[in-house]
Amino acid sequence: MRHLQTPLGDEVLSLKAGEMVTLSGTVYTARDEAHLRIMEDGFPFDPKGAVLYHCGPVVADNRIIVAGPTTSARMNRLTGFMLDAGIRGIIGKGGMSAEVRELLRARAVYFAFTGGCANLAAARMKYAGVHYPELGMAEAVWIIELDKLPLTVAMDAHGGDLFAVIEDHAHEVFQAMYPTSTTRI
Amino acid sequence: MSRSGDPDLLKRISDATEKAVRDAEIYLPDDVKARLTEALKMESVVVAKQELKNILENICLAEERSAPLCQDTGIPVLYITVPYGMTWTPEMEEAVFTGIQNATEHIPLRPNLVDPLSRENTKTNTGLSMPPVHVKQGERFTITALPKGAGSENVSRIRMMNPSDKGNIPKFVVETMLEAGGRPCPPVILGVGIGGTFDVAASLAKEALLEPVDMMTDYEQEICDQVNQLGIGPMGLGGDTTCLAVKIKTAGCHTASLPVAVNIQCWAARRATVEVLL
Repeated sequence: MRHLQTPLGDEVLSLKAGEMVTLSGTVYTARDEAHLRIMEDGFPFDPKGAVLYHCGPVVADNRIIVAGPTTSARMNRLTGFMLDAGIRGIIGKGGMSAEVRELLRARAVYFAFTGGCANLAAARMKYAGVHYPELGMAEAVWIIELDKLPLTVAMDAHGGDLFAVIEDHAHEVFQAMYPTSTTRI
Repeated sequence: MSRSGDPDLLKRISDATEKAVRDAEIYLPDDVKARLTEALKMESVVVAKQELKNILENICLAEERSAPLCQDTGIPVLYITVPYGMTWTPEMEEAVFTGIQNATEHIPLRPNLVDPLSRENTKTNTGLSMPPVHVKQGERFTITALPKGAGSENVSRIRMMNPSDKGNIPKFVVETMLEAGGRPCPPVILGVGIGGTFDVAASLAKEALLEPVDMMTDYEQEICDQVNQLGIGPMGLGGDTTCLAVKIKTAGCHTASLPVAVNIQCWAARRATVEVLL
């Protein structure tokens, strides 16, 4: 299994959808509100080679208590400017749109982390600071040091998209199982 | 013999409620753990194996750290049995809500409950006629908590089918999971309610999630196998393991109706029962 260290560089270009990796180094949590704030005010950290984590953690006394991934699709339309600024990795769950898949080309990848695994994530994390605490616990940008978080490359920098492949296949299986496509009356 | 006004009893009801929620949030039931372990043994896809390993490691870590399994600690749906002859009182219901408020503060839980239109958070996981408390008579006084997260709830479905269409029930269930894909955090458990009225079917589907997942009828197994053939896999990344179990509950219905509800449950199938000692 390949091991990656932030900040990420051109090594992301050689990653393939379906490949499993571990990631260490600094990541920044960002959900809807953080994206909007950064879009307006600029980056509070250096975006070159940086990795975003779609996550609203529970943090207490400068400790990460639980920090599982949130649904990335909510950030579909807020991701272009992040990639333009030099973000090279996004961690989340559920994958992102076909539009984001194109935006990732030749520059960045999307990593899937197992939904609900909030303790596993927290056990591989150290608190390293916070930006925008006024956005509230779930929406603030938490700076987190990762120690070998296990991830799957779900969308690569060449248009590869594991979620899309699996979804297409599931539809084919369903069509074969039930030749009329819907139960709608 | 009603001791329903007994302040000690009310305290025991709130303590039992808090404990049921705590146990559910931190410790996954043994039958669910066993199914996940079994799924890892049977799984042939490498990525899926890793996802299942992560889930099993997360389950151990939650126990070690005494922390909730998932950061979406859900809405705690409650099922209560009161002994025959005892009256369920508004004070008892209030004691249950106190237990939820204590659990929210002490565990702690994410305050998830908001007004549906203003989206204002009640901050206690109680209020606004929530959470749901289902009471029936039974041998013992028990409180069961089923915390339900939003990801799997949001892709659940109900349909009023034609009675002549009953052969299409498996198709409706499989299609529900096809449309849900990786969003409900598979591997899932599918609670299916068949019959009753519009509202009863949905309640049955949720109650089916209280049933143990280590056994299925032939009909349930058949639907479960079809769902697994879709190959959605853990987290929608592909694999043999999409559905751990299908559980069906039925009730009589109007001769002109066939309500069918599918309540999807993520792998974190949290439920726990605590007895209130009398």
